[in-house]
Amino acid sequence: MLKHIKGCFIIHNFMNMKYIIYLAVLVSLFACKNENKQADNQHANNGIQEKELEVYDYNGLEKYLHIKDNKTYVVNFWATWCVPCVKELPYFEQLNTEYKDKNVEVILVSLDFPKQYDSKLKPFLEKHQVKSRVMALNDTDMNTWIPKVDENWSGAIPATIIYNKDKREFYEKSFTLEELKQEVQQFIN
Amino acid sequence: MKNVLKGLAVLAVVVISSAFTVNKLNGSGGYQVGDIAADFSLKNVDGKMVSLSDYKDAKGFILTFTCNTCPYAVAYEDRIIALDKMYASKGYPVIAIMPNNTDVKPGDNFEAMQRRAKDKGFTFPYLLDEGQKVYPQYGATKTPHMFVLQKTKKGNIVQYIGAIDDNYQDASAVKEKYVEKAVNALLDGKEVEPKTTRAIGCTIKV
Repeated sequence: MLKHIKGCFIIHNFMNMKYIIYLAVLVSLFACKNENKQADNQHANNGIQEKELEVYDYNGLEKYLHIKDNKTYVVNFWATWCVPCVKELPYFEQLNTEYKDKNVEVILVSLDFPKQYDSKLKPFLEKHQVKSRVMALNDTDMNTWIPKVDENWSGAIPATIIYNKDKREFYEKSFTLEELKQEVQQFIN
Repeated sequence: MKNVLKGLAVLAVVVISSAFTVNKLNGSGGYQVGDIAADFSLKNVDGKMVSLSDYKDAKGFILTFTCNTCPYAVAYEDRIIALDKMYASKGYPVIAIMPNNTDVKPGDNFEAMQRRAKDKGFTFPYLLDEGQKVYPQYGATKTPHMFVLQKTKKGNIVQYIGAIDDNYQDASAVKEKYVEKAVNALLDGKEVEPKTTRAIGCTIKV
């Protein structure tokens, strides 16, 4: 970006003759503007690519609830508007970091409204530097997929599944860090 | 030292209250379809107490546990108003109950409820579950959570529990209107189907 601005100034100075000055200013400003815009766009695109949000309907999400490898998966259903969810999110983040070498992976499934992905969800993830894998579930037919996630789920969030290839538990509740570690411990021992 | 003690006291309260939350959520209390729902006496936004027994001519009720602060509940406000307009005259009025602890959610306190009811032009009572005694009886776990009751000689029988319809995002994209279907079935003397549905909602704040 800085490069472009410099370049524009040079052009501007070079063409700094009395009788064409206004035209030159206009042309150079126009050129600068265009170049800058392009650069910004490029920058923005890269930014989005780095932080591309995975969005699925239930069919797309389902495989992440049934991965049969050697890991233990902690899948937390949450949303930025859900106060108890936001409160416990750091515990899931901590778990994801601390238990990585114990083959534990956290997946955060956001139920934010699609129209707020850009205005709320992405800024939230950025602000809190969320490191766990995040995916957004956009599937309005809740009555169909909620019981598929777990037969006992009333639909209230936060809700969490802890599973590996041998064992599976569902929790419609909030966790403290200690409770969360305690539960996960049962899966990795 | 004083601060340490204070901190410990706060911690104790948090631990105790979170333990209660766990118990409440895991408990399978509350009504099933077919149960007789208890009456209540709760304060409306106009300051008057409201009970189911006040409605002498009602054939039943569309009961909703809802609040000001949950985006899912807010997304359904207009549809709840529409339900009342459609069914109050047919004998199934809407009654809304706000179940959250207002210390935890000040945005749901009585004054905020009054403002919301006025701003949205609620045509039905919007009651505060003071002391949070009613929602656990019903087994509501979240907002919004609907209960359709049918008035009979035995009492108010729970005929439907669950969601309003199958699309919280877009009222115009709804394929199945569960509550309407349930009330229509009751008005026609038919069996309600489906009797229960599920939807995402905000946990009731204790």
